[in-house]
Amino acid sequence: MGAAVFFGLAGIAFGPALALVLLTVAAEPLRVIVLVAGAFFWLVSLLLASLIWFISVHLSDREDARLQYGLLIFGAAVSVLLQEAFRFAYFKLLKKADEGLALISEDGRSPISLRQMAYVSGLSFGIISGVFSVINILADSIGPGVVGIHGDSPYYFITSAFLTMALVLLHTFWGVIFFDACERRRYWRLGLVVATHLLTSGLTFLNPWYEASLVPIFIITFLMGLWAFITAGGSFRNILKCLSCKQEDDSRVMMYSALQVPLEE
Amino acid sequence: MITFMNNSDSEEEPCNERTSLMSAESPPVPSYQDGLQASEAGEAQAHRRRAGGGCNPNNPAGGERSDSGVPVRESTSDNEEEELTLKYGAKHVIMLFVPVTLCMIVVVATIKSVRFYTEKNGQLIYTPFSEDTPSVGQRLLNSVLNTLIMISVIVLMTVFLVLLYKYRCYKFIHGWLILSSLMLLFLFTYIYLGEVLKTYNVAMDYPTLFLVIWNFGAVGMICIHWKGPLQLQQAYLIMISALMALVFIKYLPEWSAWVILGAISIYDLMAVLCPKGPLRMLVETAQERNEPIFPALIYSSAMIWTVGMAKPDTASRGPRQQRWDAAEDGRRNHRSPSHADSQPSETSPGPARPITSVEELEEEERGVKLGLGDFIFYSVLVGKAAATASGDWNTTLACFVAILIGLCLTLLLLAVFKKALPALPISITFGLVFYFSTDNLVRPFMDTLASHQLYI
Repeated sequence: MGAAVFFGLAGIAFGPALALVLLTVAAEPLRVIVLVAGAFFWLVSLLLASLIWFISVHLSDREDARLQYGLLIFGAAVSVLLQEAFRFAYFKLLKKADEGLALISEDGRSPISLRQMAYVSGLSFGIISGVFSVINILADSIGPGVVGIHGDSPYYFITSAFLTMALVLLHTFWGVIFFDACERRRYWRLGLVVATHLLTSGLTFLNPWYEASLVPIFIITFLMGLWAFITAGGSFRNILKCLSCKQEDDSRVMMYSALQVPLEE
Repeated sequence: MITFMNNSDSEEEPCNERTSLMSAESPPVPSYQDGLQASEAGEAQAHRRRAGGGCNPNNPAGGERSDSGVPVRESTSDNEEEELTLKYGAKHVIMLFVPVTLCMIVVVATIKSVRFYTEKNGQLIYTPFSEDTPSVGQRLLNSVLNTLIMISVIVLMTVFLVLLYKYRCYKFIHGWLILSSLMLLFLFTYIYLGEVLKTYNVAMDYPTLFLVIWNFGAVGMICIHWKGPLQLQQAYLIMISALMALVFIKYLPEWSAWVILGAISIYDLMAVLCPKGPLRMLVETAQERNEPIFPALIYSSAMIWTVGMAKPDTASRGPRQQRWDAAEDGRRNHRSPSHADSQPSETSPGPARPITSVEELEEEERGVKLGLGDFIFYSVLVGKAAATASGDWNTTLACFVAILIGLCLTLLLLAVFKKALPALPISITFGLVFYFSTDNLVRPFMDTLASHQLYI
């Protein structure tokens, strides 16, 4: 424990997210706003889910440990479903905003495309979800202590960090796939996204049996990444083109402005 | 209180001249008429933008006076104004997100590291009732009474300020503001520095301390009350807001702080929107007199720069800038000399401007202004959440996101209504809702999930 652990965990958990934000989101004001608003939507969904869980806990017998564990599972499932519901709500809002921006823009196109908004909204859900899951653990890791001294797994911190990283990436991919599915009305894809989310959350119930939870979750992350890449229009050829850094011939016609009166000094 | 800086009526003329000039210049080439019309509309728009960033959009005279041969421009012009506002709107939101975030980061970092600001060391005289009472009802009553006293003090001081302003007692106001910023910049900074050094067990001798505090304070006074680089002024305003917020966090008792936050957002709502509200009267009086509101009370995100002038036509820019200066809301008076090429002179010649062709590439970026009180109370909310939420970071982050979203919504409303709006109500409401719900509902849920290492 200490600064090294803290920075290591923070880097593992939020490294990709930070890189993505700095490289793709931070420069554009609209994307930053979409990011913050996405975080807000996720927070509201979490609030409602916590409310439901809280009420159910208070209405039930506190002493019964198994019941409480069952209620926790129920609460987690409700939370996942509410997150996806709020993702849908955010999609609706962004769609309307996109139309509004397109209407009032000069050339009829909105300054941000729905796909970019899908990516940023997925990223925002991922970041806020990851932060809420792991920030207290990170704060505790600065201080003194021994991990797992009461018989729990000593790998708690590092597995939490990896799980958080997977979650951030997963939310980003789900965002892209979800918005595309809603846009094209392929609702089976929507169902698949919700199902994988439930599956991922369910797999974390197998912690601390990390082989059974971490490895499948990372496999799912990789598969979702591939699926999101293909959904966003990527292909093997795109990768090759990108890697070969070839300049494309610009086949657009350049327009020159009208003849200008020469400057008179 | 949050305002745009581009509401002015006297900018109709430059707009009209420009659009009418532009329409006379349009070459009638039939094959790309549509494209040209669109580009002219764009250029007219751009010129309106250049004319000083957003003429009064409710300005039918401008449209009418332009050439009737291109009627399509008038109908698109309103849409373009809106698009202009919205395009600039996103940038304005970020221009306010950044300082608000910085202020909150300073406050939260201090609260989490320096013990001094979370220790109970007495109360201000404005909140005389103690909260160390055994019963909940008594505690609630005491906090409500504290709030009433605090709000009445604030109302009295605001009304006093407005009266002074109305009766032109400028010297008194300036003296008052200078005294308060002196106190903030020297005394509170000294205390803050002392506590930070104590926390990190760093020794500093008195001569160094004197040098540091003197330089910090003196440069701050100059930047805030006179002239200085814009970013330095912004940094100082953020710092004094953070210091003030820390004072409030330390000296306001727990429940009183929350009730005060709620009450002050209601007061802000009434003071800015009611016709006889003190803040509204202040804004209107300043507008009538074409004067800027005091620099020590408002954070301005204005940036002005010139981009590649083909011919630095200072003579032509001068009057327009001056008109813009005088004609605007009257709220901004700080131009960083490093940005503005020509300080607007009071006696400017008439609008003898040359034809503004596409060569004039001057861009003026309009900004938004946010009152320092808003900074202070946002930071009080987030700081209190950091101080009292039982070591939980989730609550702090939830309040932070809530405040940012509230600010975003307020700016959206500002873009729609285009007049001074209270910046506290929406943000504080969201912040309070998120604080109490996160602290009481989300925290147990997330803690229980984390103890089983479950992820949702």
